[in-house]
Amino acid sequence: MSAAERIQALAPVSGRRRYTDTMMRGLLLAATIVALIPLVLVIYYLIKRGVGSWGGSFFTSDPNGNFFGNPGGIRSALLGSLEIVGLATLIAIPIGVGVALYLTEYGKQSLFANVVRYFVDVMTGVPSIVFGLFIFIVLVLAHVGGNFTAWKGSVALSLLMLPIVVRSAEVVLLLVPSELREAALALGAPRWRVVFRVVLPTALPGLVTGSLLAIARGMGETAPLLFTTAGAFGLTFSLSQQMNALPLQIYNDILSPRNVVVDRAWGAALALVTLVLILNVVARVASQRSRMA
Amino acid sequence: MEAGASTVTGGRSLIEPSPAARLPDQVLRWGLLGLAGAILVLIAYFFIRLIGQSGTALDHFGLSFVFGNNWDVSRDIYHGAPLVVGTLITSAIALLIGVPVAVATAIYLTELCPRRLRQPLSMLVDLLAAVPSVVYGLWGVFVLAPKLVPAEKWFAKTFSFIPFIGGGASSVTPTNYFIAGLILAIMILPIVSAIAREVIATVPADNKEAALALGATRWEMIRMAVLPYARPGITGGAMLGLGRALGETIAVVVVIGDAPAIGHHLFNQGYTLASVIANEFGEATGIHRSALFAAGLVLFVLTLIVNIIARGFVARGHRARVPRR
Amino acid sequence: MIPPETTSQEQVDMSTSGGRSEQTSGDPSERSSGAPSEQSQAAPDMSALGVREGAGHAIKVAGLHAYYGQQHAIKGINLDFPANEVTAIIGPSGCGKSTMVRCINRMHEEIPGARAEGSVTLDDFDVYAPGVDVTSVRRLIGMVFQKPNPFPTMSIFNNVAAGLRLTGTKADNLRERVHRALRAVGLWNEVKGRLDAPGIGLSGGQQQRLCIARAIAVEPEVILMDEPCSALDPVATLKIEELIDELKERYTIVIVTHNMQQAARVANSTVFMLDGEVIEHAPTNTIFTTPHDERTERYVTGKFG
Repeated sequence: MSAAERIQALAPVSGRRRYTDTMMRGLLLAATIVALIPLVLVIYYLIKRGVGSWGGSFFTSDPNGNFFGNPGGIRSALLGSLEIVGLATLIAIPIGVGVALYLTEYGKQSLFANVVRYFVDVMTGVPSIVFGLFIFIVLVLAHVGGNFTAWKGSVALSLLMLPIVVRSAEVVLLLVPSELREAALALGAPRWRVVFRVVLPTALPGLVTGSLLAIARGMGETAPLLFTTAGAFGLTFSLSQQMNALPLQIYNDILSPRNVVVDRAWGAALALVTLVLILNVVARVASQRSRMA
Repeated sequence: MEAGASTVTGGRSLIEPSPAARLPDQVLRWGLLGLAGAILVLIAYFFIRLIGQSGTALDHFGLSFVFGNNWDVSRDIYHGAPLVVGTLITSAIALLIGVPVAVATAIYLTELCPRRLRQPLSMLVDLLAAVPSVVYGLWGVFVLAPKLVPAEKWFAKTFSFIPFIGGGASSVTPTNYFIAGLILAIMILPIVSAIAREVIATVPADNKEAALALGATRWEMIRMAVLPYARPGITGGAMLGLGRALGETIAVVVVIGDAPAIGHHLFNQGYTLASVIANEFGEATGIHRSALFAAGLVLFVLTLIVNIIARGFVARGHRARVPRR
Repeated sequence: MIPPETTSQEQVDMSTSGGRSEQTSGDPSERSSGAPSEQSQAAPDMSALGVREGAGHAIKVAGLHAYYGQQHAIKGINLDFPANEVTAIIGPSGCGKSTMVRCINRMHEEIPGARAEGSVTLDDFDVYAPGVDVTSVRRLIGMVFQKPNPFPTMSIFNNVAAGLRLTGTKADNLRERVHRALRAVGLWNEVKGRLDAPGIGLSGGQQQRLCIARAIAVEPEVILMDEPCSALDPVATLKIEELIDELKERYTIVIVTHNMQQAARVANSTVFMLDGEVIEHAPTNTIFTTPHDERTERYVTGKFG
């Protein structure tokens, strides 16, 4: 049989296979589009129903619990979020980077280091509400420095952010070329100097982007705050009192029977998502760029 | 790398650092080690305290806490089967819907997508994970749930012969198991997709070439060389998604309706371990509170187990299948 | 080498692709001209595949250009690969040997950004003609790669069967053809007791023979080999070269090699390439003893490359 004849003979089967191939490819593309639809829809509705609230005193007045009249804006929630997450960041990042440093510079592949890695990995799977419960039991029930306070919320959030920081920091620190470290050590620099003057500065951009992602995560969490900060309407700057936060405010407002309050929830959600998406996109694009550099 | 030799004459070499100079190094080393260890201790401590707080309820109800079907706040009876069942149902729905879509997305993005679109599209899929859970709840309860009710009614009526999944068209509520599962599917999609993408990218190009050279179509190549290789890793990813679905609280509590009983149909309201805590914690005291802690404990242990198994799978997937010789 | 006509007479029903009628062989040990039977390492035995009807299949490459994006890698090649002969392609690294060979079975275009133009004719059938089904082309033109690459999740049996399963070969026919292919490459005695064992559990040389069995199970006309022995030890290499000698009875073989001694051992004719062009194509003896072109002479005497 000549080649042409054989190919001819193969035609019916290969026709069928080509059909299956086209169908499956179409299906896979469709699935990808389906996966992205929720993102588009969420953003669309956030803008559609949230932008309307963004006028007037939305960002300059505090929410109030009134049953009538102007329900107020989201100022205390916004500022509260910034404070609580800010403190959480101050806790989580140094500790997280510290643990990551230990893993890359000292522990490496030792048994202890691997155990730590494993635990940290497992920590990423712990539901955020469980962290809230933990802090509630250990700090709130025990009335450590008051009952519900903002700083306890920060501690709960930092537990959540910690594994994210450790994992991303470890990846970034491992990318620092070992030649750099060895060159510095060979010049007689003690290890701690090498860490602070060579390793950390080199890894800094990556550490920052990893932190941004952790911060974005922290800003969006509600459950841990429910048990620790418990929210409040009024504006306060004291971290040792109950404080409002955007997710708490939104959660509260969803259940309200008043339409204007629900509208405020949409506006607040739009603000929150804007913040979170900006952090995410900046962090991801920056890490892409540095990878391609 | 630190010089430590002493000189021939027995004195200390000039380049050997003095004990005092070595101190910061030791401080750093042991400090960081202590930090890492402290975290382990902390988690263990939390675990123990949680068990402590759950003690009352668990002692009182024993196994019926998990298997008994009667969650009655007014009478202080806390048999949590509705919670466990609700958790399992919503997570099952999340997996059934979310995993196939996530894996399909991963295959498309790594194998079929035009190269220039790969990064941006992957980032968009990852951004699904950035949306806070409370926002999914807000959108779910005010946008998605009402829109789906007609379809759900139709489905319940058309498939009424199937137990649980069908039937009960008249008792369809906007907040129900299904929509909770659907929202969860959206939330776990980015995780499962990201891991699947990672795993699929490790498939050796050799094998893909061999499949193509045998005359496979692109899809056949994926079926022959990519999917079997990636299967353990993808399974691990799916399990991590499961872990996430089990523990998700805020989005679920808003869209599931918080009914403390096992709904008879897919489109009825229900409860999950996580949502009950969020919903009832505010005013809970005494044994009620202890019961909620116990729910948290069950949730914690459940997600822990799932995560550990999942990581086993992912590790198996990452380990290169190297030929023996 | 056992002449194929002494085999038994069963007609095999080709229920699937490209029906070429064939006759099975019996168990090699039954044949009169004593083939070594129960050795643990049997010699390759093409007769296991039965009689092949019709003339062999030649390849004609004409006006072939290949690009990687803007880079012009193959600059107008015209070559004839005679039927049932082994043609070796030699040349320094980067001269385009692999690229050219991958254009023959249209694997080159699988690389993102790569394309090829020109014509490659198998029996007057131009595989680059518009509308040609690439998967069918690759069925007729098989390929063996540099690094043995059996599918790691598949057993030995399933590896060999992989290509056959694509066109839905039925179970009995499948088993038959897998066994025959394994016999043909001389692996049968080594693996017959463990066909379900993972393909990657074999040694490097065995894996490569497995890959060859996988390639011939679908009965191609041509086999392209891209440095098939460079990842193997000398003993395994010799076995493969023995096999190639047998394979050419049934197939047209093109082998890329950087090892000139290998070309001298296995190839009927040799092509010398440089910078994407064919410098010389001549009987192997001639290339190595009296090459026409000065550049060929410099390469084969080791003055560069």
